[in-house]
Amino acid sequence: MSGARQQARGNGGIGMNGIILAARGLSKTYVQRSGRFGFGTTRVKALDDVNLEVKAGTTLAVVGESGSGKSTLARCLLQLQPLDAGEVLFEGQNLAALSGKALRAARRHLQMVFQDPFASLNPRMKVGDIVAEGLVIHGIGTAEQRRDSVARMLERVGLAAADMEKYPHQFSGGQRQRIGIARALVLEPKLVVCDEPVSALDVSIQAQILLLLKELQQEMGLSYLFISHDLRVVRHIADEVAVMHRGRIIEQGAVADLYAKPRQEYTRILLNSIPGRHRLAT
Amino acid sequence: MKRAFANPLARLGLALIASILLLALLAPVIAPYDPDAINVKSILLPPSAEHWMGTDGLGRDVFSRMLFGARISLLVGFVAVGIATVIGVVLGAFAGFYRGWVDIIIMRLVDVMLSIPTFFLILAVIAFLDPSIWNIMVVIGLTSWMGVARLVRAEFLSLREREFVLSAQTLGASEVRLIFRHLLPNSLTPIIVSFVLGVASAVLLESGLSFLGLGVQPPQASWGNILTDGKEYIQFAWWLSFFPGLAILLTVLGYNLLGEGLRDALDPRKHP
Repeated sequence: MSGARQQARGNGGIGMNGIILAARGLSKTYVQRSGRFGFGTTRVKALDDVNLEVKAGTTLAVVGESGSGKSTLARCLLQLQPLDAGEVLFEGQNLAALSGKALRAARRHLQMVFQDPFASLNPRMKVGDIVAEGLVIHGIGTAEQRRDSVARMLERVGLAAADMEKYPHQFSGGQRQRIGIARALVLEPKLVVCDEPVSALDVSIQAQILLLLKELQQEMGLSYLFISHDLRVVRHIADEVAVMHRGRIIEQGAVADLYAKPRQEYTRILLNSIPGRHRLAT
Repeated sequence: MKRAFANPLARLGLALIASILLLALLAPVIAPYDPDAINVKSILLPPSAEHWMGTDGLGRDVFSRMLFGARISLLVGFVAVGIATVIGVVLGAFAGFYRGWVDIIIMRLVDVMLSIPTFFLILAVIAFLDPSIWNIMVVIGLTSWMGVARLVRAEFLSLREREFVLSAQTLGASEVRLIFRHLLPNSLTPIIVSFVLGVASAVLLESGLSFLGLGVQPPQASWGNILTDGKEYIQFAWWLSFFPGLAILLTVLGYNLLGEGLRDALDPRKHP
């Protein structure tokens, strides 16, 4: 593993064997006060020595039940929460070692789409400002150029340029998720972490959003880290799957292999719990 | 905002405050007499067509004094609560944003301040300082910021975990940007409500201090010291105590009604 790490650092770019994001030995423990008067402590291992790699231009799905550490993984990868141990190599740069300005600059190419379309948009900002915020922060383009790229991005995700003047509450859940996607993609990221991006949506809308994500991946050459509890969704979008259970990745492999012959008992249980599974098995 | 004024009580509060503010602003135009002019020929006259609220022990026109007193009382209320709100928002924002040690220290400071009875603290401080209206504003401001600080801290703590704030962080937003574009604008509602409610209690505090002679000093008129003048004559000149008392009551009532109306109207849980 140390060899791989060295190589990653040495190349320092996208080159690194086509691997855009590599996480090594991620650990995160939550300590909670418990017991009478909070004198005791309970430790919850949310991430326990997690290793994963995302190949450029592909989708790695992380699946697991609620509480398995998926969302913590997403947040730790983006350095929204500090890690206890481990490193996150994004294009060969260790994000966990960065802070302040350097981290903010590195984040430009690493974006996230959130789960709850009702909580992920600032209710007091216009859609145009929400989508343009990343451009403003990174000082990209003039005000006019930004307006143009926001308009183009909104149209690309299936909204209208005129929607820039509206507020988030004027949109439905599916439309809001499109706004969230536009906000992440207007910065032309290389990797997008999608944290359960469709689980809050109706099934019919889910398919539309998944299709949109797939199209955008091809057009923009994106890589996705796709977090989901829904194995049906994962099968549609992922190239590789990592199964997470109690903070550990217990099985990882190509979608077809993993669905066809799961090696772990837990994976088998997950697969068996898919409704209408016999139709998928082919 | 429209919803706030659908509530008839909030509308009444707004009307009360608007008319008191208007009277205070226009005091020099409306006042029939010089508020400080002593006239020995018209001592302790009851309300009449010439003196709408009668005259006091020195023959001064009570209505004119009430109008100018309103300016002082409201000025003290607004400035004192302004100071308290600024301190409270800044400390609360620090505590809620940075959490950890910053939070612990600020919140213990809040606990210490809350454990001291405010009125007696102000009395003690004013006893050492000159009792001028500026000192009163600053002292009231410095002793009544704790509620706002707690409110803003709680608001920041919960907003900090919301996805739109995390998203701004992912976009690369600086701390300043997070606070001023995302957290503060979304905490504005409780801050406004607590400001309005705070003015009511500051007006009350100022009146109390002036009544005890530790507030606005005579001959400058404030509702509190008009009351003080009146207490010597309360048995035979009721108008000297009645009008300032009524004015304080209506002002405090007005701010409370408006504040509660705003709170109800702006609370998203009540209007899903």
